[in-house]
Amino acid sequence: MKKSRTFDVVVIIMFAALALLTLYPFYNVIILSFSNTESVAKHIPYLLPFALDLTGYKTIIQDSDFINSLLVSLFVTIVGTAVNMVLSVIAAYVLSRKYLDGRNMIMSVIVFTMLFGGGLVPTYMVIKDMGLINKVWAMILPTAINTYYLIIMKNYFLGLPDGLFEAAKLDGAGEWTMLWKVAFPLSKPIMATFTLFYAVDRWNEWYNALLYINKKALSPLQIYLRDILTSLNSQLSTQAQQMMGSTQKVSTSAVQMATIVITALPIMLVYPYLQKYFVNGVMVGGIKE
Amino acid sequence: MELKKREREARRKRIKNNRVLYLMILPILLWYVLFCYLPIAGGLSLSFRNYRFDMGIWKSPFVGLAHFQKMMTDSEFLRAVSNTIIISLGRIAFQMPCAIAVAVFLNEIRSGKLKKFFQTIITFPHFISWVVLAGILINLFGSGGIINQILGAFGLASVSPIAGAQSFRPFIWISNIWKEVGWDSIIYIAAIASIDPGLYEAAEVDGASRLQRIWHITLPGIRSTIAIMLILAVGQVMTNGSFDQIFNLYSPSVYAVGDTLDTYIFRESFITGGLNFGYSTAIGLFKSVIGIIMITIANKTVTAMGENGLY
Repeated sequence: MKKSRTFDVVVIIMFAALALLTLYPFYNVIILSFSNTESVAKHIPYLLPFALDLTGYKTIIQDSDFINSLLVSLFVTIVGTAVNMVLSVIAAYVLSRKYLDGRNMIMSVIVFTMLFGGGLVPTYMVIKDMGLINKVWAMILPTAINTYYLIIMKNYFLGLPDGLFEAAKLDGAGEWTMLWKVAFPLSKPIMATFTLFYAVDRWNEWYNALLYINKKALSPLQIYLRDILTSLNSQLSTQAQQMMGSTQKVSTSAVQMATIVITALPIMLVYPYLQKYFVNGVMVGGIKE
Repeated sequence: MELKKREREARRKRIKNNRVLYLMILPILLWYVLFCYLPIAGGLSLSFRNYRFDMGIWKSPFVGLAHFQKMMTDSEFLRAVSNTIIISLGRIAFQMPCAIAVAVFLNEIRSGKLKKFFQTIITFPHFISWVVLAGILINLFGSGGIINQILGAFGLASVSPIAGAQSFRPFIWISNIWKEVGWDSIIYIAAIASIDPGLYEAAEVDGASRLQRIWHITLPGIRSTIAIMLILAVGQVMTNGSFDQIFNLYSPSVYAVGDTLDTYIFRESFITGGLNFGYSTAIGLFKSVIGIIMITIANKTVTAMGENGLY
């Protein structure tokens, strides 16, 4: 019994250490985002929130490029997620109808794209030929469907009791009505889950923007951050540089860290809802029919 | 004959009745054609051509297997192949055991609340993009970062694991463990949850210690899950791109150890390759073909074991 208690303590200490290791880098970023040149020079190593200077944040918020990028990211996340959900739910519903001829063939067509892709340049060319370069849709359409999510949704619909659909059909319901009035209400948790997963994916989107967007006004926040991390001064608008010049006190690192915090903030905010679902193992549901 | 005809008739009627469903799925199929199959066709064409801007993917001069011959002697390409494999295998060797260990020991925590609390924390970095995480890590390990500040406080020499050729791969492995170990462990936690609790009770009655129970019940109980995950991971050695991570962390000083196929294709296409689109597309095709062969074998192996495959 006593030995077992020791075991408990050791395990808990191990996980506490792991949790600390997980969180420390984020903590470090947060305290640095509130720092300034003075506090950073005075306290080495910088282990505690030695200053509570908001200049980093103020600098960023006054950069018109930042506001632009924020709006682009919000647009891509909201519209992109809506497109994602509408297409995925419809596809999942149709492919879960057992009486649909050719269902397996359509599934194979879809699954094959998970295994084989056209590659970087051909995809780029196709997007370019569609006239999507430097269009906000280049960050929405190429990722309009996540096949993996689609299949999990389809499997969920397959598991709903057939009887409910048959009853609705006898009452004269068409497919759209059955999707909206039967399948959808029965799958609210899974709908919430995938809305969140899609939203996180869209918010974190940077690759398509890197490829297809070379206009600053259309860069999402992730790209704005990438730029600001690599070369702060050349990327901040002159307006913000003047702002920084007038305050002197703010360190470039504080500005960078503030940008990181703002970019990660929405994820932190939705995370409690996210974890509620993945802990239940929704995502583990497997892909098999 | 008559029966067949009637069957066909019934099928036609079914299809007609279900036309709404076909109309519903049409835009989705169109999307797959435009955004997946058109690039696949384009890739198959371009891989055998020398790209010319005025002629495009379909009409540029045909060069046969020239690009594939070039690959065999392109030292940067060969380096990228070996880096891809080494980085992927290292991931399997180090990250998988960590995820399993996390699942196994998390299961040993008696308090459900505490268990959930730890799981919530360690899974969090999974949802943050590599753009943000790279920023965080570069700041942490950079020359003026907290790690070097602490080393300096103890009078130790400063380190730069992200820029050092010796340390880059371990840095990639460890930072990916840091990001993904919580997420990866979920599947093992689910597997452990389905082990019959009676086994643990019986073992306790027999006086088995906690470690003995882990060794004789938990691990054998998730053996098939481990086997499946291992096989599938090996099947994805060539394709499991750590592109986001490496692209955001690497620099010319670590190309020798960190340049993978995906990052090489990217640079060859848009940065250094002089827009040699045919060649970089051929490399992509090479990668995809090897990838689909390997994953198909892996999947067959898993299904032959009587388990659910990847597709």
